[in-house]
Amino acid sequence: MSAATQETVVLSGHIIDSLILAKVLDTILMMGGTFDLEQVSIGKTRNEPSRARIVVRAGSVKLLADILRAIQPHGASVEGEVDCQLKTAPGDGVFPEDFYATTHLPTQVRLSGRWIDVDAIEMDLGIVVNKDRTKAAAVPMAGVNVGDEVVTGRTGIRVVPLQRPQERDVFSFMESQVSAERPHGHIIADVAKRMEVLRDGHRGGKSGCKVLVAGGPAIIHAGGREALTWLIDQGFVHVLFCGNALPAHDMEADLYGTSLGYGLSAGRVVPHGHEHHLRTINRIRSIGSIAKAVETGVITHGIMASCVRERVHTVMAGTIRDDGPLPGVITDSVAAQAAMRAAIPGVGLALLIASTLHAVATGNLLPATIPTVCVDVNPAVPTKLADRGSFQAVGLVMDAASFLRDVARELGWKG
Amino acid sequence: MSRLLVCPPDYFSIDYEINPWMRRSNVVAPERAIQQWHRLMEVLERDVGTVLERMKPVAGLPDLVFTANAGVVVGRKAVPSRFRYPERQREEAHYEGWFRAHGYEIITLDPDMFFEGAGDLLGFHDGWFGGYRQRSDIRAFPVLSELFGKEILPLELIDGRFYHLDTCFCPLSGGDLLYYPAAFDRYAQAAIADRIPTVSRLPVPEQEALKFACNAVCVGKHVVLPDGCPETMTWLESRGYLPHPVPLDEFMKSGGSAKCLTLALD
Repeated sequence: MSAATQETVVLSGHIIDSLILAKVLDTILMMGGTFDLEQVSIGKTRNEPSRARIVVRAGSVKLLADILRAIQPHGASVEGEVDCQLKTAPGDGVFPEDFYATTHLPTQVRLSGRWIDVDAIEMDLGIVVNKDRTKAAAVPMAGVNVGDEVVTGRTGIRVVPLQRPQERDVFSFMESQVSAERPHGHIIADVAKRMEVLRDGHRGGKSGCKVLVAGGPAIIHAGGREALTWLIDQGFVHVLFCGNALPAHDMEADLYGTSLGYGLSAGRVVPHGHEHHLRTINRIRSIGSIAKAVETGVITHGIMASCVRERVHTVMAGTIRDDGPLPGVITDSVAAQAAMRAAIPGVGLALLIASTLHAVATGNLLPATIPTVCVDVNPAVPTKLADRGSFQAVGLVMDAASFLRDVARELGWKG
Repeated sequence: MSRLLVCPPDYFSIDYEINPWMRRSNVVAPERAIQQWHRLMEVLERDVGTVLERMKPVAGLPDLVFTANAGVVVGRKAVPSRFRYPERQREEAHYEGWFRAHGYEIITLDPDMFFEGAGDLLGFHDGWFGGYRQRSDIRAFPVLSELFGKEILPLELIDGRFYHLDTCFCPLSGGDLLYYPAAFDRYAQAAIADRIPTVSRLPVPEQEALKFACNAVCVGKHVVLPDGCPETMTWLESRGYLPHPVPLDEFMKSGGSAKCLTLALD
C-alpha cells in the first residue's frame, strides 16, 4: 500500500464522554478504512480537553478522501503538514549532522507541498533529494556527495507500517518468528509454494518475482549442494549472494569430491584434502573467471556451474579470512555492498541460509516489504536478524541441507 | 436576578427560507406576533421576575428577534455568533454592537468557524453541551471550552427541523432535562443518557417536540414554554417546576419559540 493512502488527523476537545472519538473511529472502520491511534491524551479533569492523533488508512486515494470528508464534520482535521527539512552534505560520504536515518519500511517525504515516495528504501540510510525536488532516494553514507540535499530532522517524513498481505501463509504474520521447536513442515510448504508462483511470474516477465538466496559454505558441508543445484537448474533461484567459501567448496566438490578436504560421499579425511580448496581457487584464478571455468568444461556440475548456465545474478563479497580469493570476489566491502544493493530490485523472496554474515548484510539491504526466511542451526542468527530490525524475517532453526532438500522435494526433486 | 436580552418583533417576517419551518408563503400576522411577544415579555417580567434588556429592532433583519443567537455571554465576556447563512450574518454587527455598548469584553471566533450562540450552547452549571452539524461547527466548542474553562460535550443534530440545540434540548435548573432523542444521532443519545439519569430526563413526545416544547426558558423553578404541550407540563409539575404556557405560533412560522426569543445575560 502506498503512503499516499494514509493521512494523520487530530481530534480535540471533549471527545471521550461525548463519544465523538468512538464515532470517528467507527466511521473509519464502517467505510472500509483502518486506523492507528497514535496518541491519545485524556483530560485529567472533566473540564480539561482530550486529544487524539489518528492515522487513517484506506485501500485507495478515493476511499481515503471519502473517509476524511466523512469525519471532518466531527472535528477530525488533517494535521498541519510541513515540508521536510533539507541540509546539504558537508563532504563526500558525510551526511549533515542531524540527517534522518531510514527504516526499511515504505517512506514518503513532503517536498513543495507534495508527498514523494522515497526510492530504494533500506534501513539505516539517509534520504537524498534531487535538485528540482521532485525525487527522493535512500542513499548509503558512502554514497552521498558533497552538496547533495539530505533530509534532516523528523518533520515532513512519514513511514507506512506494513499491511497484512492477502495471502494467508507463514509470511502473512509479518513478524519474526524464530521457530526451533515448532514444526517446520508448513513453513517449508509455504516457501515452496511462493517459489513456484514466483518462478511462473519470473518466466512470464513479471517484475518483483526474483528469488534471492544468500548462503554460506555450510550448505556444501551439510550436504545441501545437490538440492540447491537442482533448484537453480529448475529456475527457482535468480540472485545469489555469497562469499568466497561457498563457490570455492562447491567447485572443490566438483573437482575433488571433497568439501574442505572431507570426502563428501565417504565423509573421511582425504590425504592432503585440506589443500583441495586452495588448489581449486588457484585453478580458477589461472583460468580467469568462474564463468570461463564452466564454459571450458573445467567445472561441470554444482551450484556455480548452474548459476553460470542459468545466468543467476551472483554477487560474491569477500572477507579478511578468505583464501585467494576467487576471481570475481569483491574485496572492497563498500563496493560489495553496492553490488548487492544493485541486485535487490525485483526480488520477491529472500532465503538467507546458514551464514550469519551474509544473512545480516542482506537483511540490512532488504525493504520490509520483501518476505524473508532465515535458516540456521544456530537460533542466534534469526534472532540477531530480528534484533537488527528485519522484523519481517521468518526464522527457521534447522540445518541448511535439510531445508534445501525439503524445499526441493516439495517442488518435485527426486534426490 | 436573571437578566435576558430580547428584541421587539417590529420587523419580524419570513423574508427567506433557511430552515424547514420557514415558508415565505406562510405570512406572519404582524399584530398577532407583536401581541404574542408582549405576552411572553409580560410572563417573563411579571410571573418569572426576570429583568429584560431590549435591543433596538432593525428594518430588514427579521430574525434579530431571536436573540438566543446573538452569541453566548458568561460573566462580562461575550462571544458574538458567526452565522452559517448569509441571511443572518447581517445580524452579527448589531449583536456585537449591543454587547460592546453594554461594556462586555468581546471575544471573536475565526470567521470560518460557524457558531450560533446560545442556540447551540446550553448546559448545567457543571457541564455544557454543544449542538453541531446543522448550524454550528464542532471546532468552535474546544475554543469556547478553553475560554470559559467548562466541559462542552458536542452533540450531533441529525434532523433539519431541530436545527439548533435549543430546539430539542432544554437543561433545567434542578439538573433535569427536556429533550427530543430522535433529533440526535445515537452517539449523542448515548452520551446524554450517560450524563443525565433516566429519572431526570423527559424524552418529549414527537407531537410536543414539533411544537418546540424544548424551546423553553427556565429561570429557577419557572419554565416558560409554548402552549399545546400538556405531557411536558405534567412532567414538569411532577418534578416541582412551575410551567407557564405562552402562545407563540407566529414565531413557529420561522422555527422559533420562547427560548429562541431570549438570551440569558447572567
